[in-house]
Amino acid sequence: MHSDPAAIKKSIRTYLMVGAALFAGTGITVAANQVHLAIPLAITVALIIATIKGSMVAGVFMHLSHEKKWIYGALLLTVAFFVVLMSIPLLTTLDHIGTPNAAPAAATEHPGH
Amino acid sequence: MHNAILHRPSCTGHFALQTIMNIPYTVEERPDTGLANGKLGIWLFLASEVMLFGALFSTYIILRVGAPEWPHGELSVKLGMINTFILIASSVTMVMAWASLKLHDFAKHRLYLLATFVLAGIFLVNKYFEYSDHLSRGEGPWHSTFLAIYFTLTGLHGLHIVGGMVVMAYFLGPGAKMWKKYPEQFTNRIEYTGLYWHFVDLVWIFLFPVLYLL
Repeated sequence: MHSDPAAIKKSIRTYLMVGAALFAGTGITVAANQVHLAIPLAITVALIIATIKGSMVAGVFMHLSHEKKWIYGALLLTVAFFVVLMSIPLLTTLDHIGTPNAAPAAATEHPGH
Repeated sequence: MHNAILHRPSCTGHFALQTIMNIPYTVEERPDTGLANGKLGIWLFLASEVMLFGALFSTYIILRVGAPEWPHGELSVKLGMINTFILIASSVTMVMAWASLKLHDFAKHRLYLLATFVLAGIFLVNKYFEYSDHLSRGEGPWHSTFLAIYFTLTGLHGLHIVGGMVVMAYFLGPGAKMWKKYPEQFTNRIEYTGLYWHFVDLVWIFLFPVLYLL
């Protein structure tokens, strides 16, 4: 973290520029939504813009671009758990509880074989 | 670190030995982590917040993928966009409040912190109008799966806004006294408040497209 006034004054310019970029990013997100893209493409575009904006907030406003390794370590662990959490919806698609089993049905169709 | 051993009369009249210790590493960095305790503490708290909101985002995905159809255009994009602009502006004023302290300009710091507080209030007023519009039409969380997850996610986010406003009000009021006695510790406290506030902004950056646009 910077402490000398010159570095802080320089950072202030960066904060204002990032603020302007975040405003622009929000405008682009809404504009892209007006184009009526296909849903998978619209989701991808919106999430990419949101991720870029989120990275700017975390990197510049939260000073993550120059933090200590303990904080990176804690966040890396969080990311790992977050990925597991987000994978849970995918795992539900592998769940076949309640779906009819095809094999016995095929057997009853041709009992003689 | 200042330690002091004081002899004070206890309630029974006897003298009791008390050790008064200041909380260590509020300003100076710990030799093992290279961080002040508060900094690591707020980041660990934010990590738990990531999991809290992550669980709800995960729920949203499950509900949306499993739904036969998903409503579009139920929410006012205009109000959502205005609220996004408000929160981004509040993030800028918050980081400026901290930078002003680093430049030893307390008057400017108060101005920026007050601006952040007011912007947070405007965000909540907008949210009130949005909620009351839905509720007046009988569209509460019970109305549909979409509105259930919408009210849950934005309600939890709104509570975080209220929490941030309480902390800011404290630093605008009685908490501001610390600046005179312990300016560095006060600056650190504002930095931690800012980290929390930027996180709240970051969550909204994802909530806006997910709920209002997609």
